[in-house]
Amino acid sequence: MNATTPLMETGLAVCAPLNSDNLNGGQKLAVKYFSTAMILFIAQLLFGLLAALQFIWPNFLFDTLDFSVNRMVHINAMVVWMLYGFIGAVYWFLEEESGIEIVGLKLGNIAYWVLTGAVTIVVLVYLLVQTGPGNDTTRWFINEGREYIEAPRWADIGIVAVMLVFFYNVAATFSKGRWSGISGVLTLDLVALAGLYLAGMFYSTNITVDQYWWWWVIHLWVEATWEVLVGCIMAWSLMKLIGARRQIVQTWLYIEVALMFGSGILGLGHHYFWIGTPEYWLTIGGFFSALEPIPLVAMVVHSVYDAGVHKFRSTNHPALAWIIAHTFGNFLGAGVWGFMHTLPQINLYTHGTQWSASHGHLAFFGAYATIIIAFFYLAIQRWRGGVWMGEGLQDSGWKWKWAMGLLNLGVMGMTVALLIAGYEQSFIERAVEGSTWGGYFAGQNHPWFQQAMNWRLVFGVMTFAGAILLVWDLLTIGACESREELVIEEH
Amino acid sequence: MKPSPLWASEPFWKKVAIWVTSGSFIVLITLTFHSMSEVVAGSQRVPAYSVINQKIDYRFDNTKNRFQPVIGDEQPLFGKKLSETEAEALVALGKKTTQAKNCMNCHTILGNGAYYAPDLTKAWLDPGWIDEANREAQMLTFLKDPPNHARTFGSGRRMPQLDITDEEAHGVVAFLKWMSTIDTNGFPHNFKTLTAQE
Repeated sequence: MNATTPLMETGLAVCAPLNSDNLNGGQKLAVKYFSTAMILFIAQLLFGLLAALQFIWPNFLFDTLDFSVNRMVHINAMVVWMLYGFIGAVYWFLEEESGIEIVGLKLGNIAYWVLTGAVTIVVLVYLLVQTGPGNDTTRWFINEGREYIEAPRWADIGIVAVMLVFFYNVAATFSKGRWSGISGVLTLDLVALAGLYLAGMFYSTNITVDQYWWWWVIHLWVEATWEVLVGCIMAWSLMKLIGARRQIVQTWLYIEVALMFGSGILGLGHHYFWIGTPEYWLTIGGFFSALEPIPLVAMVVHSVYDAGVHKFRSTNHPALAWIIAHTFGNFLGAGVWGFMHTLPQINLYTHGTQWSASHGHLAFFGAYATIIIAFFYLAIQRWRGGVWMGEGLQDSGWKWKWAMGLLNLGVMGMTVALLIAGYEQSFIERAVEGSTWGGYFAGQNHPWFQQAMNWRLVFGVMTFAGAILLVWDLLTIGACESREELVIEEH
Repeated sequence: MKPSPLWASEPFWKKVAIWVTSGSFIVLITLTFHSMSEVVAGSQRVPAYSVINQKIDYRFDNTKNRFQPVIGDEQPLFGKKLSETEAEALVALGKKTTQAKNCMNCHTILGNGAYYAPDLTKAWLDPGWIDEANREAQMLTFLKDPPNHARTFGSGRRMPQLDITDEEAHGVVAFLKWMSTIDTNGFPHNFKTLTAQE
C-alpha cells in the first residue's frame, strides 16, 4: 500500500490504540521515561504557580508550604524531567542508530524503577520534612540546600549509579553494534555529563570553593554538556523527520560541538565574577560567554535551512514544529537572553535579580522542554503503530497547535514580565539603593515590580493551560487515524 | 558527487571539535588549580575564619575603583575571641545550617539562589541592623523566631519558622560575618554599610 493512501478511502476506519508491540526494546523503556517526564513537567508547573502566587500573596501557604519549598520542587522537578526526557530520547533511537538490540535492557529497566523510586522519596521528604538541623545528617538524608542540586547525598549516589547503567547501555550497545558521528559525540558527552555530577558531591565550609564547584555541575551541564546532548538528539531527529542527509547533520554537529564547548567551557567564568574568585575571570568569563550564542545561531540556520530544503515535508508535523521551536527558543532564551546580562559591566547590577529568572525560564523551556516535547510526539506516533502525523491531521490538529501556541506565548510572557522586574531591580535595588535590604524591598515594593509579578502569574496560568492541552493532545492524537505515516528516505 | 571542500567536510570539523574541546578543558583545569590556591580560607581574597574576631567594613577603594571589604581592629563576635579552630567550627555550623534550612531557595548567597528575599552576601553589614551595639542580639532573635520578629520592610513577606536553635543561630551569624569579608570584586556595588555614616 502506498504510504500516503488514506485507509479511510477504502472505507476502513481503523483505530490505532497504544500498543507496545509497535516499539523496540529501547523504545519501550523510553516511553516509561517520557510518561514520567510528562508527570514531572506538570508538577514543575504546579509548584511554579504556587511560588508565583506567593510573590503576590505572601501569606498564601505560609509556614505550611513555604516559597523555599515550592521553588525547590519547581526547579528540581524541571531538572529531573529534563533528564528523564534526555534519557528517554537516547533510548528511543539507540537501537535504530546502533543497528542492534540494547545490550542491557533489563538493567535499564531496573535503573528506571530505582531512579523513579528515589525521585519519589526525595520529593516526599522535600514536602513533608522540608528542613533539618544544621548537621551532616540533614545533608545526607533530607536536603543539601544547594540550589538545583538539593537532592540529599544518598540520592546523589543513586543518581550516579543510574547514570552509569545508562552510560553502559549506550556505550556497550554502540560498541557491539555500529558507531556513527552522532553516537561518538553522544557517548563522550555522557562521560562528561556523568563525571561532572561528582563535582557537586562534597561539602565545603568555604562558600567560594563550594560555589566554584557547584557551578561546574550547573553550568557545565546546562551550558555545555546538555547543549551538546540536544545537538545529538536534534541531529538524529532531523534525519528521521525530514530525511536530512547524515553527512550534513553530522558535520553540523561537529561544528556545534566545537563552538559550544569552545565558548561554553570557559564561559563558565561568567559565574566567577562575584563569588570571591580572582579578577581574571571577569575578562575570561565575559569574553567566552559572550560567544555562547554563536553555536545557537548555527543550530537555527541548520534546522531552518534543512527543513526548507525538504520543503517542510516531514513524517511528524508537531515534532518538526517543536524542533524548530527548540532552535529558536534555544537561540533566544539561552543565547540572546544570556548574552544581554553576561558582561561583568552590566552583570554587576543584574546579578541575583529577576534577570536570571527571566533568562532561566526562556532558556530551559526553549532549549530543552521543546525538544523533549518533540520526542513525545515521535513516541506517540510509533506507539500507535506508525500513524500519519503529516499535514491534514484530524480536527486540523487544533490541539497540538493551540498547546504549542499557549506554551510558547505563556513562557515568553513570563520571560518578559520577569525581565521588566529584573530591569526595575537592577536600577532601583542595585544601582540606586546599593543592594541593602532596604534597597531590596524598595525594589520589591515598587509598582513596576508588582505589576510584573501579576503578569507573570497570568502567563504562568497560560503556560499551565498549554501543558494540560498538550497532555490531552498526546493522549488523543492519531488515536483514530487510519492513514499510515509518511516514509521519507534520506535525500 | 563532488567531495566537500575542507571548510565543509566532516573529518575536518571532527578534528576541530576534538582540539577545541580538549584545549578549552585544559585551560579550565589550569585556571581551576590557580583559582583554588587563591581562594583557600586564609588567603587575601577569602580571609581565615578567625577574621570574625575583627571589625569588618566594606568601602569604596580608590585604587581599585570598586568596593572592597575592610578588615579593622579587634571586635570579637559575641564578645569572645575564638581560635582559628573554634572559629572554623562555628562558621561550619552556620554554613551547614544555611544548607539544612534551604536559605538559598529564598535568599541569594554571593548573588546566587532565589529572589524572594534579600541577598546575604553583606547581610552582616546591612544598615537595617541600625547600630553595631544591638546587631548581634537582633540577628539572633530574628533567626530563632522569624515570623514574630518579621523584617518585611512593608512587603508582607516574612521568613518562616525554621526551628533554628540558639547554637545554630550563633553559627549562622558567624558564617554571615565571615562571608562579608570575602573580596567579591566589588559586588554589590555602592553598598552603604551600617557604619558608613561614621
